[in-house]
This record gives sequence, structure tokens and C-alpha cells, in this order.
Amino acid sequence: MDLGLDVTERDGWAVLSVTGEVDVYTAPKFRERLIELVSEGKYEIVVDLEGVDFLDSTGLGVLVGGLKRLRSHDGDLVLVCTQSRILKVFEITGLTKVFSIHDSVDAAVTVSP
Amino acid sequence: MPGEAVELEIPARAEFVALARLAVSAMAAADGELADERVDDLKLAVSEACTNAIEAHSAIHTDERVVVRCWVDESGLEVRISDRGTGFDPSRLPDHPPVTDPARLKFERGLGIPLIRALVDVVEFSSSGQGTEVRMVMRHGDNGSADRSSSNN
Repeated sequence: MDLGLDVTERDGWAVLSVTGEVDVYTAPKFRERLIELVSEGKYEIVVDLEGVDFLDSTGLGVLVGGLKRLRSHDGDLVLVCTQSRILKVFEITGLTKVFSIHDSVDAAVTVSP
Repeated sequence: MPGEAVELEIPARAEFVALARLAVSAMAAADGELADERVDDLKLAVSEACTNAIEAHSAIHTDERVVVRCWVDESGLEVRISDRGTGFDPSRLPDHPPVTDPARLKFERGLGIPLIRALVDVVEFSSSGQGTEVRMVMRHGDNGSADRSSSNN
């Protein structure tokens, strides 16, 4: 099982596209990549979850940690997700109210940070 | 444990949680009675319970294995995940601040058990100083209902 983490730039945002399964095994790699981006001065990050097959609470923890880190730099972390099985995890935990969740990268980057 | 039960002993390491998910989803596929969405819910609950079990073993530096047992009967699919950690009190988990409270972002952990409770039809935690067993049931022909209980031994 491998986790894909590809970064592209889009209208001033760093877009981190995640593919594969995010769990206790792969979450550390995901966390490290986010921390790297922040240390490179990327404070507006879109995390694209469209290629994620599975995400559990360890993945949510990485995203919450990333958002907290970016907010401390007056930045933001927004999500792209349309898959109902992934959205459900955010809904159950109430995190749909914490994250800004969009249907596409296009929609995400048009929101002002 | 019924005769057709599957028992999987996994090393208490993070890379084996995916194997537990795979085993349970294969059992659900063989059973064929649960909708795909409910199988996804069960996989997520199994992932959360196995993650907690592995962390419980890691905390006491034991190399004992985590045991995942799974079987099907006429009422549904049952999974039991057992560890040899030091146990916990499921009725005394800390509450998270409301999601609208900025302090909510201080909590990156602790979402696993609320998720399990929300996802499966029946969940019971039996925990003592010698370990924890999480019993989870997905009922056949049920679209997700309450009857979620906790118990401590």
C-alpha cells in the first residue's frame, strides 16, 4: 500500500493531491509532506482527496494539525472531496464545520484565503 | 466462536492495519449480505479499533499480537479485536470542544471511538488492566440503527 503525495501550484495555492489509503501507517508521510510545504513558505494549501480510497481518524488528525499550523501563519488549508464515503468521516466527526470543502480544485482556489 | 470464524493475528505494527481491513472486507464480500456502504463503514471501524490496539501495545512495548476474529451468522457479521494493553474506560473519554470553537483544533486525536460508535450497529468495549476487546456487529438487512452500548469489566 502506497500513499501518493503530488504537489502542484495553482493561482498561488499549493495543491497537494493525495492518492491511496490514509491510515496510521501512511499518515506520518502525509504529515511530513504538509510540514515541509509550510516550511517552504506555502501557507495556502489545497488538499485534494479525490484520489483517496480510504481515510480514517489518523488522516483527520493530520488535516486538523495542518489547518492549525497554517492558521498560525495566517494561512489556510482547504479540501477537495466529493466522495461520499470520505465526506462521511468528516460529517460524523463534525469536521465539515471546521474545513472548507470544495467539489474541485478550481472551486477551491477561487475562494479567497 | 463459530466454526467458520476467521482468526487473524497481526503484529502490533501500523503496516498491518490494512491487512485487518482487507480480511474483514473479504469476509463481508463472501457473506454478500451487507451493502457496499456498510462494508466501508465496517472497514473504517476495524481500522480505528486496530489502530487503538496497536497503540495500546506500543505504549507498553509489548510484541504480543493483536487478534482479529470475524464471523458471520444469520443475524450479521461480527468482528472482535483484542489487545493486551492496559485498558481504558470508554465511559470516560474526554469530550472535544464544539467544532465551532477555535480550541477544537487542539484535538488531533480521540476521534476513533466516536467514529466506531457512529458506524457500526452494535459496539461493546470490554476493557480491564489485562487488555481490551472491541466487539462490533453489522446486522444483515439493517440500514444502520442504534443499540450501541458500552460495557466495562
